[in-house]
Amino acid sequence: MKRFINFVWKELLHILRDYRTLLILFGMPVAQVLLFGFAITNEIRDAKIAILDFAKDNTTREISNKILSSGYFMLYENLQTPSDIEPAFRKGKIKEVIIFEPDFGANLERDGKANVQLVADASDPNFANMVIGYTTSIIADYQSELSKGKTLPASINPEIKMLYNPNLKSVFMFVPGLMSVILLLVSAMMTSISITKEKELGTMEVLLVSPLNPFQIIVGKVIPYLLLSLVNTATVLVMSKFVFRVPIVGSLPLLIAESTLFLITALSLGILISTISNNQQTAMMISLGALMLPTIILSGYIFPVENMPLILQWISNIIPARWYIRIVKGIMLKGVSFNYIWMETLILFGMTVFFIAVSIKKFKIRLE
Amino acid sequence: MDYAVTVNNISKSFDKTKAVESVSFNVEKGELFGFIGPDGAGKTTLFRMLTTLLLPDGGEAFVDGFDIVKDFKKIRGSVGYMPGRFSLYQDLSVEENLKFFARVFGTTIEANYELIKDIYVFLEPFRKRRAGKLSGGMKQKLALCCALIHKPGVLFLDEPTTGVDPVSRNEFWEMLGKLKEGGITILVSTPYMDEASKCDRIALMQKGKILDIGFLNDIISKYEKPVYALRSGDMHKLILDLRAAENTDSVYSFGDYLHYTDRRGKAVEEDIKKILISKGHTDLVFKQINPGIEDCFMSLMNK
Repeated sequence: MKRFINFVWKELLHILRDYRTLLILFGMPVAQVLLFGFAITNEIRDAKIAILDFAKDNTTREISNKILSSGYFMLYENLQTPSDIEPAFRKGKIKEVIIFEPDFGANLERDGKANVQLVADASDPNFANMVIGYTTSIIADYQSELSKGKTLPASINPEIKMLYNPNLKSVFMFVPGLMSVILLLVSAMMTSISITKEKELGTMEVLLVSPLNPFQIIVGKVIPYLLLSLVNTATVLVMSKFVFRVPIVGSLPLLIAESTLFLITALSLGILISTISNNQQTAMMISLGALMLPTIILSGYIFPVENMPLILQWISNIIPARWYIRIVKGIMLKGVSFNYIWMETLILFGMTVFFIAVSIKKFKIRLE
Repeated sequence: MDYAVTVNNISKSFDKTKAVESVSFNVEKGELFGFIGPDGAGKTTLFRMLTTLLLPDGGEAFVDGFDIVKDFKKIRGSVGYMPGRFSLYQDLSVEENLKFFARVFGTTIEANYELIKDIYVFLEPFRKRRAGKLSGGMKQKLALCCALIHKPGVLFLDEPTTGVDPVSRNEFWEMLGKLKEGGITILVSTPYMDEASKCDRIALMQKGKILDIGFLNDIISKYEKPVYALRSGDMHKLILDLRAAENTDSVYSFGDYLHYTDRRGKAVEEDIKKILISKGHTDLVFKQINPGIEDCFMSLMNK
């Protein structure tokens, strides 16, 4: 046991001495949360629009005001003629032009019907869709205010409720994925690099010709990174809760327990990578290429798994992060209990056992 | 059987290259035994097999009485090993490295301080310095301390003096001498022929085989041909002319001189001089010398 503690102590010294890596390890989660929380977002905030109002009556003014005071849109300019529309988009500043037909208010009064045209810049299709969606719903809102108290012919009013993320904040979606990426990166990459480093520097040779057994060497390598990753998990959770108000609806102990399980999965994956690579560079390439990319793309972190081609959906099944993300979303946003995530937990557990078994089998107690 | 190391017909191949081929030898307890040979002679592979890092393809070997295959765990706990490359933690200080290796073997620096005292005095002033920032000679001393800290019965040093300055090399050998007096069996490998004289017995290795084994003087005394040292104004032409000469046995360049042996054995000086002068060599120096270990090695290599 003393030997083991000695080994962990040495490993901690390595980590603490490498200031630059340490800074990256602790700085990365903070930077990523801030980045995803503030910068990379699917929400619309102050999108610049132009208005071409042929009517210039009370009704159009009211609608315009309603749209511009929503917080989603900002008036960039008022256009005078239809020929201004194209150049306005060309300048690249505005995302949408709203065109009211002449006598808009009068038409609405007389016929109960008036036309408004929405033109959007679809060079970014997702954004264009959202802009149109937001505008349409504001106009619909105005319409329903108008018709209050009047008896209308039969009409259907869909009442929409967005569960678990009522404001559709994108940070809700990013936090679970971000946690899995950070944990995977720190745990898998750092352990695999630190084991291969010993091989590369030749210190593994000396360690092997000593009474330390492989189990002590491996677990001794893993423990410091386990601690480090737990600190990172806490950082991400605290930041997302207090900076972005992402709720933790479910049980925090359960979330921590599941995160620890995923950490161990990632660490065992790191050990596995180190047993098949002979130098730090290979270990890094495998970690980045074979772990990071699939985790970001196929885990449901950014793109929903359900929308992928069937074959990619199959592949996504073997990506540990996919299951972890489901667990985190379940606990944090939906507040589910263990009963709802036992299958995902079991899959992660099975993967961990598999990785550990293979690494022990592949760990070389000699140099060959 | 009172040997510290016994090796019988041990072999090891990597793919098609035979790194070590049927090597046998015994090392007595408390002996300082040297393996001398150029790079690729198989010294490192041999050491790695004896320290249980590689499995032999054939043959058997015992270190401290333990079988290198079956009892590998016992050997790992009892021998000291210093690999050819500097293999300590560069980001840990001198003291931390030593402490770490002491604890790995379940001991403390204090418990075996006597053993490393003579070496550690050199390192003491730098004990807070990172190992990576030490000079080559200092690194070797630290590595030796780390390999010694658990009081091993047998010490394996793989090319400990390669890349170390001559002064440090000398110091290093003096230390090994002292350790030997302390009763530790030491196996050391080196590519430097001149270090042969520092060992009790030596084995000359080349291409995975032991060419000769024994005391240095015995190996040299087996060499009977007279050796001549030559030099002239044009060394390049000299080597070509001698190689072309009819009775030449061998010509090698050693520093400023060529070492020459003749197939006829004795009394050839006048004849050679005559040939060389006729070829137009000037400033000719020609003298008979005592053969050295290099001459023995070269002649064994060509057998």
